[in-house]
Amino acid sequence: MAEILVLVDHADGAVKKVTTELLTLAATLGEPSAVLVGAGFDAARERLAEFGAGTVYVVDGDGAAGSADLVVAPVAEALAQIVADRSPAVVLLASTAEGKEIAGRLAVKLGSGVITDAVAVTADGASVVATQSVFGGSTIVHSKVTRGVPVIAVRPNATAPVAASAPAAADRVDVAVAFSDSARLARVSGRTVAARTGRPELSEASIVVSGGRGVGGPEGFSPVEELADVLGAAVGASRAATDAGWYPHQFQVGQTGKTVSPQLYIANGISGAIQHRAGMQTSKTIVVVNKDSEAPLFEIADFGVVGDLHTVLPQAIAEIRKHKA
Amino acid sequence: MNIVVCVKQVPDSWAEKKLQPIDSTLDRESADAVMNELDEYAVEEALRLQESAGGSEACPVTILTVGPLKASETIRKALSMGADGGIHVVDDALHGSDALATSLVLAKALGTVPWDLVIMGTESTDARMSVVPAMLAERLAVAQLTFAGKVDVDGSSVRVQRVTDTGYDTVEATLPAVISVVEKINEPRYPSFKGIMAAKKKPVTTLSLADLGLSPDEVGTAGALSTVADFATRAAKAAGTVVKDEGDGGVKLAEFLATNKFI
Repeated sequence: MAEILVLVDHADGAVKKVTTELLTLAATLGEPSAVLVGAGFDAARERLAEFGAGTVYVVDGDGAAGSADLVVAPVAEALAQIVADRSPAVVLLASTAEGKEIAGRLAVKLGSGVITDAVAVTADGASVVATQSVFGGSTIVHSKVTRGVPVIAVRPNATAPVAASAPAAADRVDVAVAFSDSARLARVSGRTVAARTGRPELSEASIVVSGGRGVGGPEGFSPVEELADVLGAAVGASRAATDAGWYPHQFQVGQTGKTVSPQLYIANGISGAIQHRAGMQTSKTIVVVNKDSEAPLFEIADFGVVGDLHTVLPQAIAEIRKHKA
Repeated sequence: MNIVVCVKQVPDSWAEKKLQPIDSTLDRESADAVMNELDEYAVEEALRLQESAGGSEACPVTILTVGPLKASETIRKALSMGADGGIHVVDDALHGSDALATSLVLAKALGTVPWDLVIMGTESTDARMSVVPAMLAERLAVAQLTFAGKVDVDGSSVRVQRVTDTGYDTVEATLPAVISVVEKINEPRYPSFKGIMAAKKKPVTTLSLADLGLSPDEVGTAGALSTVADFATRAAKAAGTVVKDEGDGGVKLAEFLATNKFI
């Protein structure tokens, strides 16, 4: 059966949710194999096996080649080498900022077509078809790579992860990759982590609670955060709120920020211009709270409350707590 | 130091975008065309680096675009912000180019001028792939310093703060390099009247594929490595329930979440 390569997203072997989604997807297309760059195989093995990885190609498993301090280029190089050795049918990566860059560089190296932000990938005879939801979700496109090994970046949260019926072998195969000089040109000299929120990461979260201009100021985000916490959700912000400095830029959802597609998106004090809609329009369920009954976002809401979020949210939070008790 | 800023003309962000049934390419006619928003930040960053370096003589800033004739408006906009000159690659055969072709044409065009730093936005608001800067670094075999929220240049060393999900990584390299910038990096200036007038006299070189040694089958629809099999506009989402808060809005919200098994 055709081998499907999945690049593992991990932090020192802690496998991210999107990788379990990609392995699930890979299993529908052929035999999943994982590619793990950097140290962490021992920590990652069980989860990769659980989601069907028959083989795990480990690159720079002891960290000696220094991949941890390099950016994007060495991963693309490693994947290109494995593709040349193994001739997989498809290469799947997460459609994150970094994943897409790796996909792009890999496509150039291989002379292959690349498709990003796929929400589905299905078999089509001997090849595959990717589904993309573009222009803020208004248009659904079916695309195919016509030359080379398809390199496809898949949107996080687009696939429900399903464990394999029995854990796969996850056999370790070490791949020696000598990173070229050009892969070493950009080096990480420091990592700065903003204070950890303890909340799920925005692009991975199943529930996102956002605040916009209607929250009125940085303090206005308190009920938004509290609602997020009682739901175990991530917090997002509209561009108006981040531009005003009410919430950090990395939480911005929208055309120039992140695109999310969670199970539930609760938008508070956000009017819903295209700029924002483009970043969340394909969320499975959309709830809107806004003082203005004419706010465009109500048009795509599954449920809406016309009211002041400063009174509606605290009441909702209290009810949710009662329900959970 | 020589800086080249790559810009793209795209349909207005605020307009609804659609694909043309005839060849599944973006309909660029039905909306106003503007400079890709993130490219404004790239132009601004180049101009700030120019100012720090002592001005146009010390640090010329050239604007490069690949696009139809109309895209020259975008070069003029950047020139009116303060850039010194432009390069416009225009050729009918470019229609339908994918990101691989775009990065190839940009790389070839960069071969026609001296440059130390290429600056661009991370992605364009039409295709939103955010792969072209990385592809360009790959083709040029230079350092990739993308998703930069801050840029510092010191002689031939360059350092950026690359935004991550948890904060940022400090990434360093020596020139030449490709940088892509995110929105938080700066506030783009508005062109002054003087700038708009001066822009009319600044030089813009027009290049065709032949000038770059490229043949039509390497780019455009002919050269594309992926294709759209079909597309459809999504049915408008059916309107849901909207209630007015009459002292019980929060209760109703919680009820909705419970009914739909979110809690």
